Amino acid sequence: MSAVAVLKQSPEPEQGVILEALKMSMVFPGTVALDKADFVVRRSSVTALVGENGAGKSTLMKILAGVISPTSGEMRLNGEPVVFNSVHDASAKGIGIVFQELNLCPNLSISENIFLTHPYTRGGVHIDRKRQFERATALLKRLEHDLSPDALVGDLRIGEQQIVEIAKALSRDVQVLIMDEPTSALSESEVEVLFRVIDELKRAGVAIIYISHRLEELTRIADYVSVLRDGKMQASAKMRDVDVPWIISQMVGRTEMPPQRSTPATSSVEVLRIENVCLPRASGGYLVDHVSLSIAAGEIVGIYGLMGAGRTELFECLFGLRSETTGNIILNGRNLAGLTVAERIRQGLFLVPEDRQRDGLMQNLSVLKNISISSLWQFRRGIAIQRDSEAGKVDEMIKALRVKVSSPDVEITALSGGNQQKVVIGKSLLTRPKLLLLDEPTRGIDIGAKAEVFKTMRQLAEEGLGVVFATSDLMEIMSAADRIIVMSRGLVTGDFPRQEASERLLVAASTMTSHLTSTHASSAQESFSPLTE
Amino acid sequence: MTTSASAAPTSGPAPEAKSSGAVLLLLKMRTLIALIVVTAYFCIMAPNFISLGNLVIISKHVAINAFLAIGMTYVIVTGGIDLSVGSIVGLVGMISGLLITHGIPLPFMDATAYPNVFEIIGFALLTGILVGFINGTLITRFSVAPFIATLGTMYIARGAALLISNGETFPNLVGRAEFGNDGFPILGSGTVLGIPLAVILMIVVALVAAYVAGRTPLGRQIYAIGGNERAAMLSGVYVNRVKVIVYIVSGACAAIAGLIISSQLVASHPASGTSFEMNAIAAAVLGGTSLAGGRGTIGGTIIGAFVIGVLSDGLVMMGVSEFWQMVIKGLVIIAAVILDQMQRKMNRR
Repeated sequence: MSAVAVLKQSPEPEQGVILEALKMSMVFPGTVALDKADFVVRRSSVTALVGENGAGKSTLMKILAGVISPTSGEMRLNGEPVVFNSVHDASAKGIGIVFQELNLCPNLSISENIFLTHPYTRGGVHIDRKRQFERATALLKRLEHDLSPDALVGDLRIGEQQIVEIAKALSRDVQVLIMDEPTSALSESEVEVLFRVIDELKRAGVAIIYISHRLEELTRIADYVSVLRDGKMQASAKMRDVDVPWIISQMVGRTEMPPQRSTPATSSVEVLRIENVCLPRASGGYLVDHVSLSIAAGEIVGIYGLMGAGRTELFECLFGLRSETTGNIILNGRNLAGLTVAERIRQGLFLVPEDRQRDGLMQNLSVLKNISISSLWQFRRGIAIQRDSEAGKVDEMIKALRVKVSSPDVEITALSGGNQQKVVIGKSLLTRPKLLLLDEPTRGIDIGAKAEVFKTMRQLAEEGLGVVFATSDLMEIMSAADRIIVMSRGLVTGDFPRQEASERLLVAASTMTSHLTSTHASSAQESFSPLTE
Repeated sequence: MTTSASAAPTSGPAPEAKSSGAVLLLLKMRTLIALIVVTAYFCIMAPNFISLGNLVIISKHVAINAFLAIGMTYVIVTGGIDLSVGSIVGLVGMISGLLITHGIPLPFMDATAYPNVFEIIGFALLTGILVGFINGTLITRFSVAPFIATLGTMYIARGAALLISNGETFPNLVGRAEFGNDGFPILGSGTVLGIPLAVILMIVVALVAAYVAGRTPLGRQIYAIGGNERAAMLSGVYVNRVKVIVYIVSGACAAIAGLIISSQLVASHPASGTSFEMNAIAAAVLGGTSLAGGRGTIGGTIIGAFVIGVLSDGLVMMGVSEFWQMVIKGLVIIAAVILDQMQRKMNRR
């Protein structure tokens, strides 16, 4: 695999080990999410778990918390083998988890949420509201938040909801606390509070598993670091022995991908220019922060960034899904500001959304009808759809994109993920776009289909289309893009021609919060406001 | 008009594929089979059932429900519901009755204008369209849930119908030749070549509706919205515009039904059409329309309306009590949905 030395765990159990996962494997149909990964957690310490998206971090955590059962592997708690069949099993043994996506009931109050699964009762039926209120107040105070426990969770900001989620985990006596990206929704001051709570928990003997993409955080709070790559435990080390570049090299591991195309045949014809596009966040600050870019015809631009970097939000601004968007979006010399989605499609823009099932497909319709739905006006004669020309065009598209389907009349749900994705791309191409936006175009499709999708993108670019795609997969972006833009916290923090980009540079830029590392230096420097909330 | 592929494209022919294919076909044709079975049963049990006179009566009854059910099918396919159609029937009848009986008083001329039958039809359709437009606007612009929006307009339209005459009936809507407003009863009781005008109208409306659903961009967009509203919006479908159109169509269909009823009875009563919306929903569901949206055909709905119509008329002829009729109707609807679920499960396999 790689030339980097792998630090192995010492075989005999160390002092303070509380939870061990040995040779954990998790096989999903079509993919191996975890491949014989060993993972050790120690009392009174913070173990950071890092890895690229899809490396298997969340899968491992779900196994430890009893959400899913591993395909194979052994788990030991305090040296005793344990098997968790449910979250209840795990939490009864003192393992708590703060999920990345919030699992709260917005219609219930803070204290009702905290004590949902283990209420204080009198006689087993009557909920002791007073005790819950007092306990919830104490928990929130410990987290340095003076929210009322009677406040509805739905009325809270995301960061505050995250605090409630943490309070919920702390409300039980935990020996091991798993935190999956706890800071992704928190402001700087809230992060400080969280770190103090983590210190306090450590002193109380709790073992903490801390998952984060923000590597600079880890050097502050982690005692140990484990790196997952492609489902394998790549390396584990004491944090004080290593540094951020080491972590990045372990995460990335592989030698840099050879460029697939040596001469980027980009013309200088500008298709899209965006100027100072901003999307304000409800709680202050920006989701998309004064982004200015220019995209040329025939160019494939990849936007790299971690979760919450603002890639999806930028696409949504461009496609007219966010009415609060400010700034200019100029496609082929025409400003799109204020136009509806349908009008932007007519102007030559199309977004292939990230979530195919939710945003891309009409599950009740056939392949043909899914492909043609955005271009019905092309086939209209009088009030009717001319079915011959519709079927002809759709057939051409199916052939051009090599969609594997026996007939265009097959239900869309009968296709594999990769072929469904091609159908969505086919739908976009039939509208004859000038610029195509693809948000995570390879999500949930297998390797072969990924290559096909990129081949299609290359073909389209050669035909003079502007292609912009967003991904959090480094290998993908290095092999498919002519030019790479890095976003972090809504800002453009990097803009590299592919030849000058390296995975290290990209990862470094993606964790930055302020400056632009650019070989173009295109964006206006003064527009970057610090993200204090 | 979704074209559903019955065979999975990847799997080879399994040994039991043939028999399960036959079962699937039977399940798909279930409403038609039910119609044939029910009709055959009544032919045997009630000797007069098959007589021409009776068939005319049944089809006239079916026509009323069919108009409502056609509009309802469009609405349900988009994932909505229209509870206001029964009240529109009542309101439209009362407005027609008012226009025929009292005309339109002209304020400064001390005279009264009596609109002719075509103008009355125009007013009636406009009423239905207006209520539909209000429904659609409430649902799209003000984000009121379809159930609630149309529940509200259901009460409002019924109240308006009662207010027009203070709850009284307008009897004897024959009009007067000297006012030029006679001929209203022809709509409900006229015939062409022995076929009631209402039935011909039903066939025409059903054919147009089926054509629009199956062959036009509007129809395609209606199904797309019902299948996945967000994906449809992201595909450039004008979701709000299509939804408003759909409720307008439903309102206009209800207006036609209202005209025909008051014309058949030669009278209009403000309580006319009460709970008709439920019959319309039942017909659509019997015909294979999914309340979750995205699935359903006009043809299926018409067959569904016939099942309900044949069932109630046949049971009346057999002397089954009205109370038992309700029980039977309920059972048939539940059975239809259970069979629908079975078909879906088999399709998925």
